[in-house]
Amino acid sequence: MTTATDNQFVLSDRDREMLDGRHGPAPQLAMSILVRMAGVYGARELMDISQAHIDSTIYLGDATLEFAERLASLGARVAVPTSLNVSGVDECGWKDWAVSPEWAAKAARQMLAYERMGAVPTWTCAPYQTHMRPARGQQIAWGESNAIAFANSVIGARTERYPDLLDICCAITGRVPAVGLHLQENRAGQQLLRLRDIPPSLQRDDQFFAVLGHLVGKLAEELIPVIDGIVVAPPEDHLKAFAAAAASSGRVALFHMVGVTPEAPTLDAAFHGRQPAQTIDITVADLRAARRELTTADGRELDMVILGSPHFSLAEFRTLAPLVEGRRAHPRVKFLVTSSRLMKEDADRAGVLAPIVAFGAQITLDTCILASPMLPPEIRTLMTNSAKYAYYAPSLLNTRVTFGSLADCVDSAIAGRVVRDESLWQSA
Amino acid sequence: MAERLIAGRVVVAGRAEGEALVTSEPLSFWGGYDFHTGEIIDRHHPLAGVRAAGRVLAVPFSKGSSTTTAVLLEAVRAGTAPAAILTTDADSFFALASIVADVMYSKSFPVIALQPADFATLRTGERLSITPDGIIHGL
Repeated sequence: MTTATDNQFVLSDRDREMLDGRHGPAPQLAMSILVRMAGVYGARELMDISQAHIDSTIYLGDATLEFAERLASLGARVAVPTSLNVSGVDECGWKDWAVSPEWAAKAARQMLAYERMGAVPTWTCAPYQTHMRPARGQQIAWGESNAIAFANSVIGARTERYPDLLDICCAITGRVPAVGLHLQENRAGQQLLRLRDIPPSLQRDDQFFAVLGHLVGKLAEELIPVIDGIVVAPPEDHLKAFAAAAASSGRVALFHMVGVTPEAPTLDAAFHGRQPAQTIDITVADLRAARRELTTADGRELDMVILGSPHFSLAEFRTLAPLVEGRRAHPRVKFLVTSSRLMKEDADRAGVLAPIVAFGAQITLDTCILASPMLPPEIRTLMTNSAKYAYYAPSLLNTRVTFGSLADCVDSAIAGRVVRDESLWQSA
Repeated sequence: MAERLIAGRVVVAGRAEGEALVTSEPLSFWGGYDFHTGEIIDRHHPLAGVRAAGRVLAVPFSKGSSTTTAVLLEAVRAGTAPAAILTTDADSFFALASIVADVMYSKSFPVIALQPADFATLRTGERLSITPDGIIHGL
């Protein structure tokens, strides 16, 4: 049995200089963590990246804040263009919610620490839908599970599944261990998931890819899944929903969809010409069961509709606007959309924000209900079209959730109770 | 009776002792672990409601959120982390939490990767001791 330290590990001259402190104390600290992690990964060397996305922005408590402020106080600067994930607070809107002033102040300090390092204050978990979107083949170091899966799979950029606290070390040094999904030979599919008789009408439904992602996350375990049998051309936001779901119920950092994602023009290409280690068929019955799992509420009570995990895109604002135009949410039901400053501005400019606000919706920016303790205790039952919200909210927020389509969410908000159109899922 | 020994791969070296808490299901600490109490809170997980603080947690690998590492760092700072983590995979998320906890607070916990067949012999409730060479001693 080998140990991590048995590997021949070679540092470049510049890596060595950073480790020795010749580029200052912050690169030294970051490089020391990176070198120890290179041993964990079994890397032989480090390699360059040209972009980073930092999930360490999420404020949890004193440890995350102390880590950020330690780096900032050492004069840390990011060495590559770097975007920032959600934070722990909506800086402008937190007073409308149950966030305590102490939490808001500490979360804001953590935001400031990362801004001081020279990162772009995107404050979004969907950085791939901003001007910071990487290119196919680009070597990047991304945190945030949904963003990792999207960047690797839908764009074809190359990142390992980076945890919080390491993402910023990569950004400060511009280096990553040369392992895993950074390397072409490790990006081949390993598990074949075949859709069996899934009708196109169901594949076009806006719940389909979220439900499929929830199922695939569980089936894939630690393998790279290849999904075969998609017969529609999914909009980008459906693939975003898939990636977020698969990276919540499982650990998926790269998936291939034959005929859909860039590294899978054919089944053979997805597997790099090799045979799958495992083949599993997915039926309509499997999808129905996965969809049922996403609903943990049992009645029709409804306190709040929550949309936007990952953060709502301009295209999603455009889809929502005509559904709510000229209508009003029930006065007892909150209707919240979580998004980024950039997307809200774009939606406003496109004229699709006004009808959503007139409907009674609130917009939270920079964060989400999972990363900021914003929900008042009387909110017990949620409805969402996000498999990620549906997966995490019961555990993190002690709420019960109903999963449904975007149209179901709107209709339920108006009715003041859960309404779902089940016809497509029952008949399929 | 001979002492039971399992040789694992040292991911992060350290010494620990505690009661084993074993699961075959991967776990996300974000949305899965309350660092204020040291309790597993993921309602989808078979160990939901069980306290893991101070125990030797055997979990095959991390899943889900990148924030797992940060939650575990908070748990080390708060004194609610597991005493050690045993995995089947050299899990980078758990390892990083231990390494950063060492850097920030001079407190780390051992992370040891086991062969799946060895992992499968672990039982909740047995007392385990871990030495810096990656040997797990059944007590």
